Amino acid sequence: MAMEAHDIEALIRESFPNAKITITDLAGDGNHWAAEVVDESFRGMNRVQQQRAVYASLKGKMDGPNGALHALALTTKVPA
Amino acid sequence: MSEATPEVTADATADNPALDRIRSLIGTNAVVLFMKGSKSMPKCGFSSRVAGVLNYMGVDFADVDVLADPSIRQGIKDFSDWPTIPQLYVKGEFVGGCDIITEMTLSGELDALFEQAGVPYDKAAADKIREANA
Repeated sequence: MAMEAHDIEALIRESFPNAKITITDLAGDGNHWAAEVVDESFRGMNRVQQQRAVYASLKGKMDGPNGALHALALTTKVPA
Repeated sequence: MSEATPEVTADATADNPALDRIRSLIGTNAVVLFMKGSKSMPKCGFSSRVAGVLNYMGVDFADVDVLADPSIRQGIKDFSDWPTIPQLYVKGEFVGGCDIITEMTLSGELDALFEQAGVPYDKAAADKIREANA
């Protein structure tokens, strides 16, 4: 089952209530997404740690062939 | 690159030959790419992109096809605490997946990492990738 942009944003938002979150449908097929998450809590973390935190917020939606999220390109940043 | 130590609990490592094999692979090869398919025949666009960058930069790396072994496919996700493939390891440390490697290639951080780790690579080729994506 595919996910909608607002579903993805809502999941991330639960863990990062104050983040700037931008979801983009890369292929226009509702299946290949990009998410940019800009959040103060990332300060002091390296990219791996930042993205692990975002993956954790998605609660297993990316788990393998049966996951609801097939492809999600992640970008994480600290606010400028 | 700062620390990126895989978070593995004692329980998760108990009696799991896949994790032993992963430890051995990243312990004996300076650069290891866990990917879908092989470096000469990738079977996923994301794996293909990272393998392509490493090939183009002339980096000598070990490729591990996770599609050939379900226990490694799941094992590497548990070992790295990272849900997606590909995954790049340099000198036993998890560097990142496709998005991070792409960013690091374009920013020059990947060059710096290889230099620090003493991994030979073609700087001119890396510059060409950056020029083409500027």
